[in-house]
Amino acid sequence: MDDIAEFALRMGDNALVLGHRVSEWCGHAPALEEDIALANTALDLIGQARMWLELAGEHLGRTADQLAFTRDAWDFRNLLLVEQPNRDFGVTMTRQFLFDAFHLPLLTALSGSSSPRVAEIALKSAKEATYHLDRSRATVVALGDGTPESHARMRDALDILWPYSGEAFLADDLDTRLVEAGIAPDPSSLRAEWERTVTSALAEATLDAPGSGFFHQGGRDGSRHTEHLGHILTEMQFLQRAYPGAAW
Amino acid sequence: MSTPTSGSRAEAPAAKPTDAEWPLWEIFVRSHTGIAHRHVGSLHAPDAESAIRNARDVYTRRGEGLSIWVVPTSEISASDPEAKGPLYDPANDKPYRHPSFYDIPEGAGPM
Repeated sequence: MDDIAEFALRMGDNALVLGHRVSEWCGHAPALEEDIALANTALDLIGQARMWLELAGEHLGRTADQLAFTRDAWDFRNLLLVEQPNRDFGVTMTRQFLFDAFHLPLLTALSGSSSPRVAEIALKSAKEATYHLDRSRATVVALGDGTPESHARMRDALDILWPYSGEAFLADDLDTRLVEAGIAPDPSSLRAEWERTVTSALAEATLDAPGSGFFHQGGRDGSRHTEHLGHILTEMQFLQRAYPGAAW
Repeated sequence: MSTPTSGSRAEAPAAKPTDAEWPLWEIFVRSHTGIAHRHVGSLHAPDAESAIRNARDVYTRRGEGLSIWVVPTSEISASDPEAKGPLYDPANDKPYRHPSFYDIPEGAGPM
């Protein structure tokens, strides 16, 4: 598989899997306004997934739909963070914030990519990610610095998700080649800005970042996804699996 | 949803942090430059910033907006519907108050 295709899968699968996760709230969010906001976010992400997977598909001779709906778990290249279950609203918004704080600087850097297609997709997505981060940050602050119950739930959310927050910044051979080709930034170079964003928000939210430096990995190279991804795919891919090629 | 340490954030005057229901806000959206903000509806939010975000998601998702105003519903004073007669009827027989005796040049835009 060529490097652009592999990279586009990493970007597209992050957006697709997180978009699907967020869409699971549709009709269940704690307030009507949050429900609509989450649905908007999910649609933004699925729109981004379509662009990245179309790019990957051009290199692989497959359509975006085929990539989304007919690959198995080990072919997915999303971060472990985005496949983690929604649990409660606090976990959902903490996951969103930890991802957005990484996604925005990544997309901003990609806007200057040597690949015009990558730069074009990143530029369009960065506007959406800017709003996502604005909203998820505000929610994390409001809930962390909220009632005793919301504070406790946000503390639990951080404990659950923190070990999945470091994978995004671990560079591998593909990243090295992408940096050399000027296509994408070194993921580790994004870490400082992510830490600034997260630290300042958690301080406002009266939350402490967990001290652990242990991070799960295996999502972005597909080597070891958590069991949750398979469950997502079961639901997300059901129609195309049961009725191959179905269209309407 | 209280935010006791964030003094710079605008709070709805009637907001009680422990209330299960967020306060109501009236939403005004301006769709084009040069047009006044128009009332589009209402929504619930814990504070003004959140009300603007919610309004962005609820009322401008089809590209309707350039600018959003939010106003706590409790801050709006309304005229008394019972006083309709004395308030509005006297205007009915004064057609000379309408600027309908002038031609508006084409291209003058929204007036």
